[in-house]
Amino acid sequence: MINFEKFTLENGLTVIVHKDESTPIVAFNLLYDVGARDEDESQTGFAHLFEHLMFGGSVNIPNFDEPLQKVGGTNNAFTSNDITNYYITLPKENLETAFWLDSDRMLSLAFTNKSLEVQRSVVIEEFKQNYLNQPYGDVWLLLRPLAYKNHPYKWATIGKEISHIENATMDDVKAFFHKHYTPNNAILAVAGDIETEEIKTLSEKWFKSIPSGKTFERSLPKEPQQTEERRLEVKRDVPANAIYKAYHMCSKTHVDYHTTDLLSDVLSLGKSSRLYTSLVKEQKLFSEINAFISGSHDEGLFTITGKLLDGVSFGIAEEAILQEIQLIKKEIIGEDELTKVKNKIESTAQFSETSVLNKAMNLSFAELLGDANDVNIEVSNYQRVTAKGINRIANQILNETNCSTLIYAKSK
Amino acid sequence: MIMLDRKKAPEFKQVDNIHFLDVVKTTLDNGIEFNYINGGSQDIVKIDFIFDAGNLYQKNPLIASSTNQLIKEGTENYTALEISEGIDLYGAFFEVENSYDTATLTLYTLTKHLTNVLPFVKEVILRPSFSETEFEIYKNNAIERFKINLEKVSFIARKNFMSAIFEENHPYGSNVEIVDYENLQITDIKNFYKENYNLNNCRILASGKVDKTVVSILNTAFGEEKVSPKQPNKESITSKLKEGSFHYTKKENALQSAIRIGRIFPNKLHKDYYGLQILNTVLGGYFGSRLMANIREDKGYTYGIGSGIMSLKNAGYFFISTEVGSDVTKDALTEIYKEIEILRTEEIPTEELDLVKNYLLGQLLKSCDGPFSMGAMFENVHEYGLDYSFYNNYIKTIKEITPKALLALGVKYFDKSDLTEIVAGKI
Repeated sequence: MINFEKFTLENGLTVIVHKDESTPIVAFNLLYDVGARDEDESQTGFAHLFEHLMFGGSVNIPNFDEPLQKVGGTNNAFTSNDITNYYITLPKENLETAFWLDSDRMLSLAFTNKSLEVQRSVVIEEFKQNYLNQPYGDVWLLLRPLAYKNHPYKWATIGKEISHIENATMDDVKAFFHKHYTPNNAILAVAGDIETEEIKTLSEKWFKSIPSGKTFERSLPKEPQQTEERRLEVKRDVPANAIYKAYHMCSKTHVDYHTTDLLSDVLSLGKSSRLYTSLVKEQKLFSEINAFISGSHDEGLFTITGKLLDGVSFGIAEEAILQEIQLIKKEIIGEDELTKVKNKIESTAQFSETSVLNKAMNLSFAELLGDANDVNIEVSNYQRVTAKGINRIANQILNETNCSTLIYAKSK
Repeated sequence: MIMLDRKKAPEFKQVDNIHFLDVVKTTLDNGIEFNYINGGSQDIVKIDFIFDAGNLYQKNPLIASSTNQLIKEGTENYTALEISEGIDLYGAFFEVENSYDTATLTLYTLTKHLTNVLPFVKEVILRPSFSETEFEIYKNNAIERFKINLEKVSFIARKNFMSAIFEENHPYGSNVEIVDYENLQITDIKNFYKENYNLNNCRILASGKVDKTVVSILNTAFGEEKVSPKQPNKESITSKLKEGSFHYTKKENALQSAIRIGRIFPNKLHKDYYGLQILNTVLGGYFGSRLMANIREDKGYTYGIGSGIMSLKNAGYFFISTEVGSDVTKDALTEIYKEIEILRTEEIPTEELDLVKNYLLGQLLKSCDGPFSMGAMFENVHEYGLDYSFYNNYIKTIKEITPKALLALGVKYFDKSDLTEIVAGKI
């Protein structure tokens, strides 16, 4: 159980406070409700580039990291297709430094040309390091536009192409800031050995004077129902053939979300899972196999992927995956198999609650999706999933007309 | 109302008091070393079974890691599937890890399920079967993974670095090739298990909710087994500093080059270790480090650059690691050496050193947060025969060390002619 208190400042900033007396560390998590899905199709990668610029100095503080490190703190951030999340951990005595730093960059950035130029290069190197100079690094750059035709999930957080990052201007940066980095578009969660009153005082002192912005209304194009099988085959200089099959699934707030998640666990979580047992151990067709869900806020993807062993043809490998899908669609899974994946959820949740940072993040994410208290009913949502429900979802989504298949073949 | 001065930083305090959770040092009834840290509010427990069975003890490459990976894949009484099912059913996680010095088997479980999963762990430790079938599957899949890794410049650089800084045939630096996988023999693995996974070569570390019941469950499971007398400490293999060298692996079409620069270094048992940790932090050990400030935040050559010191039982090493755009590889190297040279020629400005000191104390506080972190802190010194006083001395050094003393360490340890440079990619 994660107890918390919640209040909202006049400017719309939501603040969540969780008390955990057992730790000398405080976690300070500030989430902005903006992600790559909010970008213009001709300017992709912008939300992420912007995240980098948030560290390039704010209106009153020339350097973000230095003063934080000076008080023994550390921080980082990440951008997804849905959100941009900034987090700090620091000794609790020095908590005010986090309020000082993050309120100033919400107030306004320094917007220096140097910062834009350097971070543009850094992000381009990140693009190369993680997507272009790695074996299989470009998979999601290929798979997303295959699976999504309308919804902005069709591009990756890093962006569609390097040129979009190269072409970003300071005017674009400023416009993005004013549109999305407003107190009413943010959620702050603070967790540690702290009192709500203390957080109220600090929040008012540092954030209250920041004016609210125009409410951002998100209206994204809906992805039409896929009706035909989609396939793409590419050749790359990689040592092993790989296959990716992505099926459309529900959104994170949909009532079927937990069932769909457990379906992926039954298929591939751990060495006793179906796909691993059958395809890696018994049939020896794959060197590795996985099934996972994207976990995105809007309608997501349920992906099955594997690397083929040398000498195994794509035809045989794909047929074997389809056989496993047939099996789970035909027969209801056993009680033990269901208990197993539910027990994993329970223990993972317990272990995750040992960290104040995890707790602060989870509270913010849940609040954004509707209610911070959902963190406390998450495990029971999974407990309610039935074997029949898993069978229903398998039949609903694991169909080839709902699937985008990427055949990633070695060129040599 | 007082106007808020946003230019002025709030008051802050340097961390002065770090609380170390007590460790109980004891043995099971049969003499197996058993240490535990009881703490935290969740009903969960982490149990490490630690063997001196890392790469250091292998005669040929890959034996230690293969033994470690295969130990879970079937026992006299259970198949590999029955073991993973037995543990998965209770939502527990059972992981194996092989390092240069040790091999560790770790169980994470809700306390209430400990008695259900422990029998499988026990089987794995005492009666693994190392069957031919499992061995073949493991070997084939490991070769596939290895081939993919060989396509990554960072992997090539790391691999070449270790073999370049250690003497030939030193187990820390064994340079694995595909042929080593092909030459693997199951008999070597079985022998390695017999020699190194004995209970007399094992220590158990439990952390989390370790109450009397947990202690007694562990004692029942492992304390009644027969244990032969403890083996004498294995002979240590010394590692001398080699003259620096340069190694370049060309990879056509590489968009980035991976760079590793470093050398053999003192380990935790050496008096210079603390000071070198501080000096390393200044150079490349945190986000605001000199390497990051110059090569990423000023020049934009890389997504990230860092440096570190790895302490091993019989040696240590220092390394700088980064991936930079192929077109700026040379420029990046020039800048890296420039920063190294400054450590040898200029005293660190007081303001920068104060920042690093506060940062390190804050990070140390964080490393001691909770029983699992504390368990790792304990083991990290215990394996060297040290105790928490190691950290107290570290704190003392952080608070007291002067720019002058650090400059002397810079001169002593950062001579360019001692540094080995690895580049994988395209210069």
